[in-house]
Amino acid sequence: MAKCKYDWPEASERSLIGKRISRVDGPAKSSGRAKYTYDINPPGLLYAKIYRSPYAHAKITAVDTSAAEKLPGVKAVRVIQGVGKEIQWAGDEIVAVAAESEEIAEDAVRRVHVEFQPLPHLVLEENLEQAGSLAKEAGGEKSGDPEKAFSDPDMVVSEGYYGLSTITHCCLESHGNVAEWIGDNLRTHSSTQGVSDFPGQFGQALREQGVQIPDNNIQTICDFVGGAFGSKFSPDRWGIESVHLAKAAGRPVKLMLDRNMEMEVAGARPSCFAKVKVAAKKDGTIVAWDSHSWGTGGPAGATMPPLPYVLNIPNKVTRHTSVSTNTGPSRAWRAPNHPQAALVTMCALDDLAAKLNIDALEFFSKNASLAGDRAEVYRQELRQAAEMIDWQKNWHPRGAKSSGHIKRGLGLSIHTWGGRGHNSTCTVSIHPDGSVEVNLGSQDLGTGTRTAIAIVVAETLGLPVEGVKVNIGDSKLPRSGGSGGSTTIGGVSASTRRGSVDARDQLFAAVAPSLGVPADQLVAVGGFIQAKGDSAKKLSWKDACAKLQTKTIQASGKNPDAAKCKLGDSGVGGAEIADVSVDTETGIVRINKMVVAQDCGLVIDLKTAESQCFGALIMGIAYALFEEKVMDRVTGRMLNNNMEFYKLAGIGDIGELAVHMMTGPGYDERGTIGLGEPPVISPGAAISNAVANAIGVRVPTLPITPDKVLAALEKGGVA
Amino acid sequence: MRGKKRRLREQQEGLSRRDFLKGAGMAVSTGLLAAPEAAATPEQSSAVLGPGAVPVTLEINGKTHQLKIEPRVTLLDALRNRLDLTGPKKVCDRGVCGACTVIMDGHPIYSCSRLAIEAEGHPIVTIEGLGSEEKLHPVMAAFVEHDAQQCGFCTPGFVVACKAFLDKHPNPTEADVERGLGGNLCRCGTYAGIREAVLEAAKTPRGGHANG
Repeated sequence: MAKCKYDWPEASERSLIGKRISRVDGPAKSSGRAKYTYDINPPGLLYAKIYRSPYAHAKITAVDTSAAEKLPGVKAVRVIQGVGKEIQWAGDEIVAVAAESEEIAEDAVRRVHVEFQPLPHLVLEENLEQAGSLAKEAGGEKSGDPEKAFSDPDMVVSEGYYGLSTITHCCLESHGNVAEWIGDNLRTHSSTQGVSDFPGQFGQALREQGVQIPDNNIQTICDFVGGAFGSKFSPDRWGIESVHLAKAAGRPVKLMLDRNMEMEVAGARPSCFAKVKVAAKKDGTIVAWDSHSWGTGGPAGATMPPLPYVLNIPNKVTRHTSVSTNTGPSRAWRAPNHPQAALVTMCALDDLAAKLNIDALEFFSKNASLAGDRAEVYRQELRQAAEMIDWQKNWHPRGAKSSGHIKRGLGLSIHTWGGRGHNSTCTVSIHPDGSVEVNLGSQDLGTGTRTAIAIVVAETLGLPVEGVKVNIGDSKLPRSGGSGGSTTIGGVSASTRRGSVDARDQLFAAVAPSLGVPADQLVAVGGFIQAKGDSAKKLSWKDACAKLQTKTIQASGKNPDAAKCKLGDSGVGGAEIADVSVDTETGIVRINKMVVAQDCGLVIDLKTAESQCFGALIMGIAYALFEEKVMDRVTGRMLNNNMEFYKLAGIGDIGELAVHMMTGPGYDERGTIGLGEPPVISPGAAISNAVANAIGVRVPTLPITPDKVLAALEKGGVA
Repeated sequence: MRGKKRRLREQQEGLSRRDFLKGAGMAVSTGLLAAPEAAATPEQSSAVLGPGAVPVTLEINGKTHQLKIEPRVTLLDALRNRLDLTGPKKVCDRGVCGACTVIMDGHPIYSCSRLAIEAEGHPIVTIEGLGSEEKLHPVMAAFVEHDAQQCGFCTPGFVVACKAFLDKHPNPTEADVERGLGGNLCRCGTYAGIREAVLEAAKTPRGGHANG
């Protein structure tokens, strides 16, 4: 097949793609000059705060805002939920105020008087029996003949209980918005991962609430976002309220959530607990799976994770129970439902391998055939990760005797994700002075989107990265997709590749006559437009662009675009191994080393791709060992709604980390595929398996806190 | 009154959140931040300030700023909301995460856990005073080179903490770095890059020295 002109350049022709390139907005961030939503201070700015429900479940019986309204400096007060409304979680919004300062706004909130009729609540779900009617059957499936497989006397059967608690997103920049009315036009600075989608969401909500504004009068800007992880796809009720307050006060309003509310209402990853039975032949071939899982994601409950995970076990039966609780609603959290599925599956299978007395690496490599088309990739990744952690030297059978109270162990897990590029449109402009810009309504969550776009366009035009100005973070730019599900890199790299190839070809056509070379015989490389195979016939980029006189070239690109080559794919995998030490006297788990071998097709920027993996390992260490949204049964409140008692990993908690991106032949030709989700899926399972390997007994649920380690050791193990 | 630490008493509200923070924030300062200066308790004084706005003079990045603010306003809020110095970030707002770190009298402090009136007479350096996008401080440059940042929201606090750390530990080991920077938190998971960045910045002239 003839090579399509939009195709990614061959490895030998790449000067930027796949190299380690520093992020283009790094200097703005490290110098503190990057302006996030929280940092936007337009003249006349008011600050908003919210009165929130202290009850997890209650009916509002009275609301009195008069004292707040009378407070000097208060400019607008709005009742969000009035008498008769039923509150479903603590922290839900009831009254919003805007005032001259944050301090006055806080005073005003304290002067709001609301009366409630408390109702019974449920905030804990691990014990299903206590959930009563709030636990509902929520699907499951059956294939093959699991009953027969489990009753086969030649099978080795392992049964276990596994789970992970609800955690929060804990974005360092809390959710929020700065709303500014300019005449009939609304401008919002929003901390969002979907800038192109925000005007439509704002417009719809505002019109439903009686503010007649057309969508084309709304602009959303987000140059930088301080963490999102799946939790910032909607303006949310507080964002809409900031717009109402700004209209009522006639001044711009900033409404950023306080930390406690960021933790309670602005993000949660659903919990999952499961009883699992799994069977294999004595040679280690996995044959059957049986699971009953349950979990909560707030009032709407939680759907079933993809169980069993990655491996398509031939005989299986699954059943899921969804528990509705009076807790802040869940939001997508990096790789929704996959960390849960990985934990339940990989821990159950690891226990089975231990029962069979088979090396876990050998067991998973052998059964990788159940991963179908991707089996060989998993085997390569397992081999790579095993080499990085020196599995042969460091692995021992589960709980093998060793002296001393510090026990060391290895554990592994594998994972999968889709990551196909989203819909994206862009324009690429080449100006007569040689400057280049690319415009699209995307956003950079810290993944390096801006940098990847600059690399793609610069590579295509034969320019250095600095030669391309990337404009994103504005809804008035050509529409691009939200940054979720690892779809951004595939979307923006394909649209900007297509746009920049077309822009480049227009430039070729414009300069071909003066070079005396047909346009299709020109290449853009090293800052020159030159004849293929004849570098004597060339023009510098600047001189070439000068031929445009005053006419800027502009070409658009989009994804998907079937007519312009396949530039991406879907479906990646990875293998992770953790090396831990467990102190059997204190129960403290320390990470010695963690490694990941990860594929994602063609890597655009190796440096930021590796950063995604390092970050995922660290986030994974945090949820494996520290993070838990602790709810109080009696009051229905979150007990650790702050960063003192809701623990993230610190710089001293991570051990040695190593990342290997699977690239080159077999990977690169698939084109770009997303990377944000996959490496964060496996750490919980890998660490749990490493702890079990170290101490000889399973700590059933995450986070693996010292008390749980000691409780598990009470039941057995090597202490 | 200039330069004198004062005790705040909230008359209208009883024990306020900020009263609590003032004590609790200092108590939880650990590691690098537990400098003798930070552990000192405010002197007793009979003078009661507020609740209205009072004049405060702050010396920030070598410039003097006259403000009229309520005594309960934290240094962080004064910097961000009154002076538009938004490099220091508001994240935990209770002296845990270090995103608001600034340098006061040469020591790194959590500006969310210090009242602006307490900062009178104490020269302050924020991230804006260390360098700029065009003229990166060596620590900033090392953060870029080692990709010690993702979303970037913790980054300014980390850069300031690293700068202050290197002033005191010009030749740190990896263990020193892990201990000395334990007072800052990142959510995206950039610690691997930060470890490398700090060790490299230590080797750079001006990076590891107090005159940076």
